Amino acid sequence: MIRLIEKTPCEALLPVTCGALTLREIVGDRVTSVAPLKGQGAKLATALKKLGLGWPAPNTAIASATAAILWTGRDQAFLIGADPEGLDGLAALTDQSDGWARMRLEGPGAADVLARLVPLDLRGFAPGQAARSQLGHMMAILTAPEKGSFDIMVFRSMAETAVHEIHHAMKAVSARAAL
Amino acid sequence: MRITCPLCGDRDRREFYYYGDAVYADRPAEGAAPEAWDAYLHLRDNPAGETRDLWYHEMGCSAWIEVTRNTVTHAVLATRLLAERGQTGEGGPSGEGEPKPRRKGKPE
Repeated sequence: MIRLIEKTPCEALLPVTCGALTLREIVGDRVTSVAPLKGQGAKLATALKKLGLGWPAPNTAIASATAAILWTGRDQAFLIGADPEGLDGLAALTDQSDGWARMRLEGPGAADVLARLVPLDLRGFAPGQAARSQLGHMMAILTAPEKGSFDIMVFRSMAETAVHEIHHAMKAVSARAAL
Repeated sequence: MRITCPLCGDRDRREFYYYGDAVYADRPAEGAAPEAWDAYLHLRDNPAGETRDLWYHEMGCSAWIEVTRNTVTHAVLATRLLAERGQTGEGGPSGEGEPKPRRKGKPE
């Protein structure tokens, strides 16, 4: 039998560091797309509360100590780091764990780096917020683990492009800071 | 140019895909007169002023949005989710949702 080698989306690409800025990969969490079935919204919210979360309003994220749920579009959220227990029959569930490259950008000026790639003002972006926008030409999901740091999700197939673009912007921002 | 997505808020125009006149959301009912289909498919006004058209928040929340804007001043006057127009509408103008026979069907 062919031996398959498990690789993370950003293997051999990350981490990268530029001055005080770092970009590293986040791996291992289970990612489930949760799309409420018709008329099941209230029951779904209750079931998610049992997981210590809830149904996120547009542009928000709800986090517990071990898991999070991010609003990712109209009638769609991503459950991250938890098994979708008790959600059967209430929502269309899709395992997307291997479909996304997840990375964290940290350090002073992280918002300036993303300002070069994302058409949003992220200077005040804080925990509890989630944004669906574009990173260069890639669809992306953004959240803030803390103010000034960013968790970025892009399609796994675009991991190399995303790392390249973010790294390029990191280099430019650190070069300016060094002037 | 910025468009206010009813879900995401003010967003850059780059995040949106332009579809066309809002009339595309009012597909004639099955068996409608050929004149109604002709109007639906081909007849468009070209107003200097207020117009309504469909935009897709492609790089954002994936919602179809009906935008009322002014072609002279470029002001975006109003936006709403296409799904909120009909009682049962769920999908985009490609007919994913329930049919909405609200078209007047009169050639312009």
